[in-house]
Amino acid sequence: MSLIQAQNITRIYSLGDVELRALGGVTVTIDRGEFVAVMGPSGSGKSTFMNILGCLDKPTEGRYLVEGIDIGGLSRDDLAEIRNNKLGFVFQGFNLLSRTSALENVELPMLYNGHAARERHDRAREALRSVGLAGREDHHPNQLSGGQQQRVAIARALVNRAPIILADEPTGNLDTKTSREIMELLVRLNSDSGITIILVTHEHDIAAYSRRIIRFKDGVVVSDELTQKD
Amino acid sequence: MVNIPSTIRIAFRALRVNKMRSGLTMLGIIIGVAAVIAMVAVGAGASSKIAEQISSMGSNLLIILPGATTSGGVRMGAGTQPTLTMGDAEAIMRECPAVEAVAPTHNGVAQVVYSHMNWSTGVVGTTPSYLYIREWQLAGGRTFTAQDVKSATKAALVGRTVVENLFGDEDPVGKVIRIQNLPFTVLGVLAEKGQDARGHDQDDTIMIPITTAQKKLFGVQFPGMVRIITVKAKSIQDLAAAERQITELLKQRHRIGPKQDNDFTVRNLTQFMQAREESSKVMTLLLGAIASVSLLVGGIGIMNIMLVSVTERTREIGIRMAIGAKTWDIRLQFLIEALALSLLGGIIGIVIGVSASTIISRASGWPVIVSPLSVLLAFGFSGIVGMFFGFYPAYKASLLNPIDALRYE
Repeated sequence: MSLIQAQNITRIYSLGDVELRALGGVTVTIDRGEFVAVMGPSGSGKSTFMNILGCLDKPTEGRYLVEGIDIGGLSRDDLAEIRNNKLGFVFQGFNLLSRTSALENVELPMLYNGHAARERHDRAREALRSVGLAGREDHHPNQLSGGQQQRVAIARALVNRAPIILADEPTGNLDTKTSREIMELLVRLNSDSGITIILVTHEHDIAAYSRRIIRFKDGVVVSDELTQKD
Repeated sequence: MVNIPSTIRIAFRALRVNKMRSGLTMLGIIIGVAAVIAMVAVGAGASSKIAEQISSMGSNLLIILPGATTSGGVRMGAGTQPTLTMGDAEAIMRECPAVEAVAPTHNGVAQVVYSHMNWSTGVVGTTPSYLYIREWQLAGGRTFTAQDVKSATKAALVGRTVVENLFGDEDPVGKVIRIQNLPFTVLGVLAEKGQDARGHDQDDTIMIPITTAQKKLFGVQFPGMVRIITVKAKSIQDLAAAERQITELLKQRHRIGPKQDNDFTVRNLTQFMQAREESSKVMTLLLGAIASVSLLVGGIGIMNIMLVSVTERTREIGIRMAIGAKTWDIRLQFLIEALALSLLGGIIGIVIGVSASTIISRASGWPVIVSPLSVLLAFGFSGIVGMFFGFYPAYKASLLNPIDALRYE
């Protein structure tokens, strides 16, 4: 069974009388342990596709299955639970809670699935160590550099041991050197821990870290190919 | 499953971040709760004072005053024309079935001397049943008897204030005092009674047999004249019947025709005092209601701030939703914030309200009663206000679309 199965997905936004077809029949299958880059110009439907993969949105038609679970019939709260257990999000703008320490930011997903305080602490500490931020637990986001903030976000995505990390332009706000560090961290997580990573980017050298590139244009997949790795 | 302890922590952290704003929002509730408690305490104090006066007056009481006659077209006030007699009092006792006890009184003011001390006080000539009707105990000695009344003995019962002014620490029982130069033996000391409804000191009094007062001390315009007749009805339900029976009887005895004005007045003191107590209770309720309005306004303040807070933290809500917060996680977070504001405000309000009540009572000398019920009610009400006005913002937050919320700048 594939980890992610998107079968003939369409997504239509109704804006009054006008219907906007953001996705027009997308079929993609992603297996456990893959590292996939999603590319395409703005308006190509890649963000809509990511929202659906992230269970933040539902397809208008077609089926989307995560670990065999059909998203179509699920309630708002069921979707929240799937996001909590199976998906980790890394955003371009980091999206950490300000005025909240790094440790507490990482603990956040565990607040919503009933872990004991002790376990939350230990696991958050462990996650921060694994992204190289040991000793920064009590720093607040505004005391951390952009790269460090993105590491906190990655730790937060890891802490619930979700099998999938969805990264939406994770290096978009970072300089080249820091971008490389973040991408190397993601590659390491993929190869060492077998976490499936799906990454949206429009930079070729960032996409080059992946092993498969899916290109979108006008709401459909125009190419889906493996990258040449040496 | 909602993680309550950490939701509470999240809420309190959010409140700490905006200390000034949280404080000002709470102020509305603080003022409301403090006002409710202080107002109700003042009102309850007034009610209890009146209730105390009622019980010190004696229960189921009627007072018959002579007079209110018309002389040459000029109407005189009650008590101006002496018309009541000992015979009237005896007839009321005998013929009115709703009456339990009757005490005629004939009183005046007199100068009293003991050794080198002297004091001016009210002297009440009456019968032993007066003490029973007024529910007045003796603190020492014994009361005079019907026999004393019959033979017009020079016997006296002295009130607390008189004892203090004439005897100091001495025991007055058995001593001889001079009332307007007549020697009276003190038989007993009256128990302390305090102030009456008009603030008059009831302990500043001496009681003597009514016959002694009539024949030896104050004199009378005609034999057997009394100034006031005090009547105790059998029960509170019998008060109206007693009033009717007495009026009927006295009309007959005084030969008053159907077109003539009565030459006496029957006053239902108990009813009057109960009306006062009732009105002071209504007053308490009213004060409480007005104060609750400010509590309500405080609640609206909370709702206002919570709505602002939800808008400001749209992005935070989006993040929480994206990483797995469910509808009730978000709702509870904001509800608990609103509740924390209102309950914390409630506690501070209680402290301020109770201290304000104490200060009011110290400064004004009014009795002030902080009832645990009013504290509990104010606290509970502030909680309900927080729930009620917190729910809409919390509900609004929980309905946000995570995609839009994440994009919110």
